[in-house]
Amino acid sequence: MRRWIENAFRLGVKEFASLSRDVVMVVLIAYVFTFAVYSEATAMRTDVNDAKVAVIDGDRSTLSGRIKDALRAPYFRPPVEIDRSSLDGLMDKGAFTFIIDIPHGLEADFLAGRSPAIQVNVDATSISQAGVGTAYIQQIVAQETTSFLKQAPAETLAPVNAVIRAMFNPNLEAISFTASMGVINNVTILAIILVGAAVMREREHGTIEHLLVMPVSASEIIAGKVWANGLVILLAAAFSLHVVVEVVLRTPIVGSIELFLAGTAIYLFAVTSLGILLATVANSMPQFALLSIPVFVLMFLLSGSFTPFESMPRALQAIMDLSPSTHFVRFAQAVLYRGAGIAVVWRDLLIMAGLGAAFVTLALYRFKAMLSRQS
Amino acid sequence: MEAESAAAVSLSAIHQAYGKVIALRDLGLLISTGCKLAIVGPDGVGKSTLLGLIAGVRRIQRGSVRVLGGDMASASHRSAAAPRIAYMPQGLGRNLYPTLSVMENIDFFARLYSQPDGRRRRRIDQLMRVTGLFTFADRPAGKLSGGMKQKLGLCCALVHDPDLLILDEPTTGIDPLSRRQFWTLIARIQAERPAMTVIVATAYMEEAGEFDRIIAMDDGAIIADGSKAELLARTGAATLEQAYIELQRPERRGARPVSSVPRLVPDGGPPAIVAEGLTMRFGDFTAVDHVSFRIERGEIFGFLGSNGCGKTTTMKMLTGLLPATEGRAELLGKPVDARDISTRTRIGYVSQTFSLYEELSVRGNLELHGRLCGIGGKTLVERVEQGLSRFELADVAETLPDALPLGMRQRLQLAAACLHRPDVLILDEPTSGVDPAARDRFWSLLVEMSRKDGVTIFISTHFMNEAERCDRVSLMHAGRVLAVGAPHELQTARGAASLDDAFVAYLEDAAATGSDAETPSEGAWSTEPAAPASKDDAIAPPRPLLAPAKRIWTFARREALELSRDRIRLAFALVGPLLLMAAFGYGISFDIEGLRYAVLDRDQSLESRAFLDQFSNSRYFVEQERLGEEIDIDRRLRAGELKFAIDIPPGFGRDLLQGHRPEIGFWLDGGNTFPAETARAYILGTLQTYAGELARASRAADGPPAETLRVEPRFRYNQDFRSVFAITPGSIMLLLIIFPAMLTALGVVREKEMGSIANVYASPATVGEYLLGKQLPYVAIGILSYLSLLAFAGGVLGVVPKGSLLALSLAAVLYVFAATAFGLLVSAFVSTQVAAIFGTAILTAMTAAHYSGFLIPASSLEGPGRIMGLSFPPLWFQTISLGVFAKGLDTPAFTRELIVLAGFGLGFLLLARLLIRKQGA
Repeated sequence: MRRWIENAFRLGVKEFASLSRDVVMVVLIAYVFTFAVYSEATAMRTDVNDAKVAVIDGDRSTLSGRIKDALRAPYFRPPVEIDRSSLDGLMDKGAFTFIIDIPHGLEADFLAGRSPAIQVNVDATSISQAGVGTAYIQQIVAQETTSFLKQAPAETLAPVNAVIRAMFNPNLEAISFTASMGVINNVTILAIILVGAAVMREREHGTIEHLLVMPVSASEIIAGKVWANGLVILLAAAFSLHVVVEVVLRTPIVGSIELFLAGTAIYLFAVTSLGILLATVANSMPQFALLSIPVFVLMFLLSGSFTPFESMPRALQAIMDLSPSTHFVRFAQAVLYRGAGIAVVWRDLLIMAGLGAAFVTLALYRFKAMLSRQS
Repeated sequence: MEAESAAAVSLSAIHQAYGKVIALRDLGLLISTGCKLAIVGPDGVGKSTLLGLIAGVRRIQRGSVRVLGGDMASASHRSAAAPRIAYMPQGLGRNLYPTLSVMENIDFFARLYSQPDGRRRRRIDQLMRVTGLFTFADRPAGKLSGGMKQKLGLCCALVHDPDLLILDEPTTGIDPLSRRQFWTLIARIQAERPAMTVIVATAYMEEAGEFDRIIAMDDGAIIADGSKAELLARTGAATLEQAYIELQRPERRGARPVSSVPRLVPDGGPPAIVAEGLTMRFGDFTAVDHVSFRIERGEIFGFLGSNGCGKTTTMKMLTGLLPATEGRAELLGKPVDARDISTRTRIGYVSQTFSLYEELSVRGNLELHGRLCGIGGKTLVERVEQGLSRFELADVAETLPDALPLGMRQRLQLAAACLHRPDVLILDEPTSGVDPAARDRFWSLLVEMSRKDGVTIFISTHFMNEAERCDRVSLMHAGRVLAVGAPHELQTARGAASLDDAFVAYLEDAAATGSDAETPSEGAWSTEPAAPASKDDAIAPPRPLLAPAKRIWTFARREALELSRDRIRLAFALVGPLLLMAAFGYGISFDIEGLRYAVLDRDQSLESRAFLDQFSNSRYFVEQERLGEEIDIDRRLRAGELKFAIDIPPGFGRDLLQGHRPEIGFWLDGGNTFPAETARAYILGTLQTYAGELARASRAADGPPAETLRVEPRFRYNQDFRSVFAITPGSIMLLLIIFPAMLTALGVVREKEMGSIANVYASPATVGEYLLGKQLPYVAIGILSYLSLLAFAGGVLGVVPKGSLLALSLAAVLYVFAATAFGLLVSAFVSTQVAAIFGTAILTAMTAAHYSGFLIPASSLEGPGRIMGLSFPPLWFQTISLGVFAKGLDTPAFTRELIVLAGFGLGFLLLARLLIRKQGA
């Protein structure tokens, strides 16, 4: 056992040497955990924040003015007034997600009880904003008309005083969500490719074969790759969370980063093992590259870091439950956003560890087969 | 000046240095046309550098190189001269394409040098017949034996009738029979074309002896120059091999040939290696056929045989790397068992190809090896030092193996194999490519280990003078052992003058009976007549405008052939996108329903129940088990069970009736912002409905209905508001950049790693032609992929383009072109395949998913993300894809986008072109 640990340790140390020789790779890793996370977090709004709105004000009345004024940040950018003739063109170009068309004589018709209508043109291809934004616009219009009619502030008119508070993220800022999900996605892609391609490279150069003639076992080789590359990624992720997310982006992290990193370590075990497994399945580096695409893209887009996991069809949810990334995203959201403790997340941790063990067993099993195939 | 003009090659004051290492120092050389020149010298003295400079594949640092009447520093002369030069780099088939067949490899080179059709076919046919490769015309180059690879390399070099033939150690690692055939071939070609100049670097002195002129090099300079007779006279040696050793600096000289020291008498223990009926089959091909032998302890047992006869496979079975199909193998008295770690510490193995870490220094490799063998502390330091000095690696201890010549790399492998003092050494052609003096020193080490320490040595070799030093040798051919015995016994048995002759005789016998042997035909070799017999065969190059197009086509053809050989990759390239599109169309959805919530009702009144009914009756919400106390809110939200909680205070009903506007608390899980925002919007909507109903109820009692202002949403482009309509155009955008870019991303960097990029350096083709040719097949794959995605979107997902199909298709072609060009750019930029894959994955997947308007409208992007989006193709293609699919727009609307996409493709390609230099360092 001591020999096993020693050998695995030595082989891991060698991985650092390999990595540090590849300057481009080091720069890429640094890039994805710093600048990429930053730009993703600042550019991305998964919610209706900052939707672009235009108004065609055919009425120019007090009521239409009030409606326009009520379209406010953080949900909407300040509305732009446009001409009716440019409506279709602007919609086609995708310049605005919403264009509110206020007809001439709106206020007069309204006061006369003729029940006029405001038309809201919604670009329904931007599904992340269209639905929620429409609901907000409807409320804003309803509130403003009631308050206009009663000549009183809107807030005092509702029968109940609803106080909506968001826990864990009081201002519902998407930035904290996207930033940490960005870190998670980077961890996934990097783990699969870095480790898988490293195994592939050793196969193509014959160094694995050489190791297997020495008193070194396949499990030691795998362990060396997993711990060394895993550690690099773990450190990068920790740096990214502490420095980029917390300090630079100034987004508070509610939960325990230590618990998160511990979970990340387990996750890394699972994904790096998956990377090795893929490398034993492929026959050459180009094959590995293509094989890895569906794997990381699915893990990237369907694990719940991008779109809500609950919105997916049940069958797909069941399939994605076999991916460690699904559990990791669930774990990360619980810990980072809701400050959940081990009592809440232990199940996901256990499943990740189990999946990792399954991958590593399969990879070991395929290791020998792969060597005799290539010769 | 007359000598100068008659010279094929003239070098003066050449100085090349790589880092601190000086490869060539102030070297001058004149080679006359038609001369046959051999260059000999130890490893790493600059032979390969010299040949590379003459061939024009390396950049000249200082001095002048004139070849075939022009200056090789000028790019225009290089491209003019390239068709007249043939260069075959060092290494077994390093410049060949392993998945292409023999025929296809030669054909590629012929096309690359613009050989017209009819002439090309005749030439290939002739070359294959003469070299005996004809029967293997359809075999992939990667499956050929070392000797056949070298012959194929030669065919590829000769296919365009060069005036200058440069061969860098062409026969290294080739068995004697093949070697003889090889040189016979060269001699025949030269007899037909006396004006052809041949320059060869070789490690075989007997080969060098056949040349008109021999140059010995050391330390970047020429130390002897002359005919064989002149060199022998100068050194007073009897053979060239001795003369060579005499010419070396004293410290380079090996010990005198070891006189036969009596072998240690085995102490009655079991033999070191036993093989009985050892057999290995790969499918229906029997690589090793019932091989049996016994090797006693302390014996040096030589393993000889033609290339591809099963030596390596036998050795791998003995080390446990390959499980034998049949038969029994014993090592040191124990059956070979791959799981037996303790036996492995007692053997040392050197494989034919370099299999240590390129990224670790020489010392680092030795240390790692020692540690893995369980040596540590002071012993390790001592052993490493010993190894470094014993194998003369001390000077390069901190160098990376990549920078070392072949011979030194072999020495490093040996040093590693000996580091843990094994009882048995299994060495697979350890001296291939090692210069004679170094081999001599190496053999004294082997003899010393065998005789002094009783180490058993099992070694395969192609050098007969090495075989002569073995205690016993075994001759192998086509998987069978032909003969075993002491070298002189075998020689006597055949009545041959030398072991070499004996060996060739054995092989020829076997080949005569064997069916799968390569037998060169004796058919006449003839080069093309000087005066072209027919017009279409004219040697004149094709019209200049057409040549680049033809070369691009040549590269494209080769790439397509390679791709078609790799069915798995092809399948992934085409099926992968469809699979993902199905998953996206089916899986990505922003339709949020069934938000889980729970209620803490501290009022329990009629009014509170009426209020809560508004929520429980909505399809957007699903009520969960009620909350018992306030603390549950936090706990259950934290656990992720609920998306929100409703807290109704005591006295709610009373306050409501009295018009006191009671407060109701809503607690959202704000962690994941999109569901939280959606929940908030739905809650607000529900409250509105509630307020409306209350108002109606009270008005119904006391007055006319209130005025309302209707809001009519017009969901444009996607009336049913289904995610799939919005996702599908984006999926096409995403998939058409990731896959095509990944396909080309390994293109250049892989050729750099494998060595075949040298073909481009040496050929008349430009880098631009090479890149474009490489790109074309993948553009085709990308277009196929686009068509299949389009069919899938329409047929299965029901998403049909409403607008101009022409615009979409045009955009797809330009987009795929840009994507593949981007892959090539990454490939040209990085130095390893790992970085190429990761870089491509990150850059394409991230920008396409985040900054393209896929999920978030492009108009909402801000900051660096917006800049990234604009400076990358996906955003532009997404505009077109969405515009055509969802908005039904026509071609003119996309003029700008189309121009930008085309610009991206050309820009990426141009950048890649700038990053690849036509010559190596």
